[in-house]
Amino acid sequence: MEVTPTHTGDPFPGEIHHTPGGGILVSKMDQVINWARSNSLWPLVFGTSCCAIEMMSAASAKYDWSRFGFEVARATPRQADVIIIAGTIVNKMAPVLKRLYDQMADPKYVVAMGACATSGGPFFYNTYSVVKGADHVIPVDVYIAGCPPRPEALIHALITLQEKIKSGMTREQIKMEKPENSF
Amino acid sequence: MSLTNEYIKQRLSEKFGDQIPGYEEPAGMLTFEAPKEMNLKVLNFLYDETDLQFRFLTDICAVHYPGQTGRELAVVYHLHNLEKNVRIRFKVFTGIEQPDVYTATGLFSSANWMERETYDFFGVNFVGHPNLKRILNVDEMDYFPLRKEYPLEDQTRTDKDDDMFGR
Repeated sequence: MEVTPTHTGDPFPGEIHHTPGGGILVSKMDQVINWARSNSLWPLVFGTSCCAIEMMSAASAKYDWSRFGFEVARATPRQADVIIIAGTIVNKMAPVLKRLYDQMADPKYVVAMGACATSGGPFFYNTYSVVKGADHVIPVDVYIAGCPPRPEALIHALITLQEKIKSGMTREQIKMEKPENSF
Repeated sequence: MSLTNEYIKQRLSEKFGDQIPGYEEPAGMLTFEAPKEMNLKVLNFLYDETDLQFRFLTDICAVHYPGQTGRELAVVYHLHNLEKNVRIRFKVFTGIEQPDVYTATGLFSSANWMERETYDFFGVNFVGHPNLKRILNVDEMDYFPLRKEYPLEDQTRTDKDDDMFGR
């Protein structure tokens, strides 16, 4: 059976000119940096409920997200690039989430996994404790639908994030580059 | 000698007589109530007596009965004799206007967090507790969420718009 990969991602950005005894690579520094960043995203594990089970599944042998460069899951925000909010955020957890996000080094990315992190989900109506979406606390780059989403959906979201990084800077990064534009 | 419900019942009525009004055995578990001023006396008795030895506090929780005027809140203790593997349930009732119940932290260290949780959700004021403040909810909360004071969801409401998620 022939396997045709449909999602191989972009090749290394730039042109290679073959010359005798080696070659010359012509590229843009920004593109090379984005390429490098997108292929070594270290996730911060932030599992607050059942979505974390799917995240563990995505990390382990059957789905194996290390195929795409996410295998170095960190338990500390200082070493992580992307925070995967896998679960419900309650009011008491919101300051903790904000603090973890603030402790992450730039550039940092956020994936809101599942209905709870996206909108409050099943706890949207008549709740006294649940934050209605993690984007009330920190900015989110990629949302995943599902309750909980399957591991394929998580991997798809992370690949979407990779493409977002490769295509240029995020809105927050642009804001930081030009502080006069910030509001 | 095994520790039967009948035996526990007999020991309690010898000691407290009519102060314990009645005994029930739902699903085989001995259940009884006492006036709230006596909760520590009963717990101490069950803890100290060599033939009873209920020395493990499994759980403390509360129940709100809005219909029972003067005794709206029940505080429920689940006790376990680990040696003989027997469990009993003990309740005290208190009015909601002044929900004061003596703390069991002097007897069971584990009562500390359980009483904080019961205070957090039902507002039971455990008199003598060393650190009675909210444990699971945010400190700024100014109500007790598990009291039956809030209307259930109205199924006929039309203002729900799932497309916009209300934001």
